Amino acid sequence: MEDIEHIEKQMKLIRADGRRLDGRKPDELRPVRIEAGVLRRADGSAYIEWGGNKVLAAVYGPREAHPRHLQDPARALVQCRYNMAPFSVSDRKRPGPDRRSVEISKVISEAFSAVVFKEQFPRTSVDIFIEVLQADAGTRCAGLTAASVALADAGVPMRDLVASCASGKIDGVVCVDLNKEEDNFGDADCPMAIVPRTGEIVLLQMDGHLTFDEFQKAMEMSIDATHRLYELQRDALRRRYSTTLEDILRESPPVPPPPMPESELPPPPEDDFGPEGI
Amino acid sequence: MESSGSLRPIVIPGEAVGGPGLKPGPGTYIEGGQVFAAQLGIRNEHDGLVSVIPLNGRYIPQRGDAVIGEVVDLGPSHWLVDINSPYPAPLHATESPWRVEFGDTSRYLKVGDVIMGHVLSVDEIKRVQLTMQEREARRLNGGIVMEISPTKVPRVIGKQGSMISLLTELTGCHIYVGQNGRIWLDGEDRDTAVAASAIRLIEERAQSYGLTEAVRELIERERRSTTGPRPA
Repeated sequence: MEDIEHIEKQMKLIRADGRRLDGRKPDELRPVRIEAGVLRRADGSAYIEWGGNKVLAAVYGPREAHPRHLQDPARALVQCRYNMAPFSVSDRKRPGPDRRSVEISKVISEAFSAVVFKEQFPRTSVDIFIEVLQADAGTRCAGLTAASVALADAGVPMRDLVASCASGKIDGVVCVDLNKEEDNFGDADCPMAIVPRTGEIVLLQMDGHLTFDEFQKAMEMSIDATHRLYELQRDALRRRYSTTLEDILRESPPVPPPPMPESELPPPPEDDFGPEGI
Repeated sequence: MESSGSLRPIVIPGEAVGGPGLKPGPGTYIEGGQVFAAQLGIRNEHDGLVSVIPLNGRYIPQRGDAVIGEVVDLGPSHWLVDINSPYPAPLHATESPWRVEFGDTSRYLKVGDVIMGHVLSVDEIKRVQLTMQEREARRLNGGIVMEISPTKVPRVIGKQGSMISLLTELTGCHIYVGQNGRIWLDGEDRDTAVAASAIRLIEERAQSYGLTEAVRELIERERRSTTGPRPA
């Protein structure tokens, strides 16, 4: 019988040259693209593509809070709904809120509560909707980053934008912005969100184990990454209003698809039936 | 319209908009002597007061605002009016221009009627009351109501009402602009259509320079192409 105890379970996540499986350096982010104002019906909206993540965020409000008993006579509520589309992951996700998405909704709404000027809008609610269309680890950070742009786009008064990025440990190396494989087979994942101007931390979670020194390293990397994201967020907002829609589409073309490998099938037969309809 | 394409620079929440010594106006906040933008908008400095003119946002009622609202509910002595804000706005029967018997509110205004009124008061928890006692307050019959972003209302009105008088003059429509972003237009169908597209242009390019010229150009072009020579 095979000795299953001694089969190597660990997946190799760091290559011999010190780079990660997708060729990134430990402190390198996946490619990020942010677009502001993509939805017509919402008060504010944003779309983010972050590596394999595709996330839409929409903001409504401040608007009348419903149900009425939730209204706070002194300030606005900041409510958030994080939702993953059934097709966002490889195994179909059962639609509807689950334990995980309820938790993420809660921590994100708390993160935004810290920056929105809630006292200006008593008895109202600011509603944030985050829809994950495609997930590839780090969706809460992507969602938060997009929602922050959507919030600014909606004209909600806030202290600053919030930028968010995770870092973690894979194969014993502290790395920023883990992707799906690294998240699944790595040792720790630590998403965080900061208010870049003041450096305040508004979201901090950890899954796995990090020593104190590793944690400090991870935090440093995340903070550095959030500053890069902050610039992208600001750029998205500037583009939204400094140009017409045509210019926006022209300036940031969709990420070009990787070149298709040469097909091994024989070329399709020449169509000798003539144009359709004859 | 290349000349009207230049834009005012915009500020983003969290961006520093003024050093020490300046006072924070609307759309800004102060922290450690520095003034920062609280909203996405255009920086404006006037007499040592920095403010940010927002590009987007909801209408928050203020005392004295002229608003256009739709009646959504009736009570025995009041109407509930939707004024496109997060707060419901009741219009009490005593604030209406009519003598209303208790329980007889539906004789004067029904659900779905549109009124032009004013904000009578807003208290600290943003309870709003409307009034129709002002001279221009009325029930609006006929015409169309269009909605624009409330932050663009000052651009539609223009300096000392310059834009609105331009629109009225060139299209011959009756136009009422509510601070809540609702605009009532009345006139011949083609005139209201031209006025509506001009207002859409203003909303779209609110932050660009030379807007008045662009609007004049648009109206004149539209009138030439869609209406042709007017029948005698």
